[in-house]
Amino acid sequence: MTINSAFSAGRLTLYLAGELDHHEARGALGDIDELIDEYLPRDCALDMSGLSFMDSSGVALIIRVSRRMKELGGRAWIENPARQPQRVIDASGIDRLVPVAVRK
Amino acid sequence: MHSENYIKLEFLSKSSNEAFARSAAAAFAAQLDPTLEELGDIKTAVSEAVTNCIVHAYPEELGRIAMRLRILEGGILEISVRDWGRGIENVEQAMKPLFTTGGEERSGMGFTIMGSFMDKLRVRSTPGKGTTVLMQRGLRQRRRL
Repeated sequence: MTINSAFSAGRLTLYLAGELDHHEARGALGDIDELIDEYLPRDCALDMSGLSFMDSSGVALIIRVSRRMKELGGRAWIENPARQPQRVIDASGIDRLVPVAVRK
Repeated sequence: MHSENYIKLEFLSKSSNEAFARSAAAAFAAQLDPTLEELGDIKTAVSEAVTNCIVHAYPEELGRIAMRLRILEGGILEISVRDWGRGIENVEQAMKPLFTTGGEERSGMGFTIMGSFMDKLRVRSTPGKGTTVLMQRGLRQRRRL
């Protein structure tokens, strides 16, 4: 998987693309920690429009980013999840803790 | 129940095999002409079951994982994922949402997702001997085999 980032007006947007499983998650968590440490954002959006596959490892990643942003006094949310990640989000109920925004 | 077709695969508990296992399952299931959503559900459930073996059955060593897929009468796909690792002391507790012994990298939602995406989920485990996860999913048959 790949992670691209954009930072503007205190908001860090992380564009996740490819497949996010347990094998990919450790590297992704390290990369995301580094980006958050670098920018110290107020808000963090996880854009999942390019994520073709995600399992519960993605749910762990969402929880981790949300906790990290709370520690910084900020917010995190999920944006534009593709169809398969959306089904995992629904099944896990993670959207009760971390909001999902759909922007067309 | 009579099986119309099956495959058996055995692979090492390396995390790089997670993607292989779910892709192989999807490729086998494709002969039932599933929808994209059904294929995604199958891949997700297999990914969860195989990851459990890698993280929990063999936490400090590499071991064998056997995956068997069967097509049963009526377009039912049966998936079995077996390991010979540490086993689960308390299966009921392990299947509860958010329960994990896997640390911050795990969410504790693996069994919840398997149960949600499959019609049947059965877990048999013997501590010290291993675990077998058996799942079934009926696929809408749009085409006769």
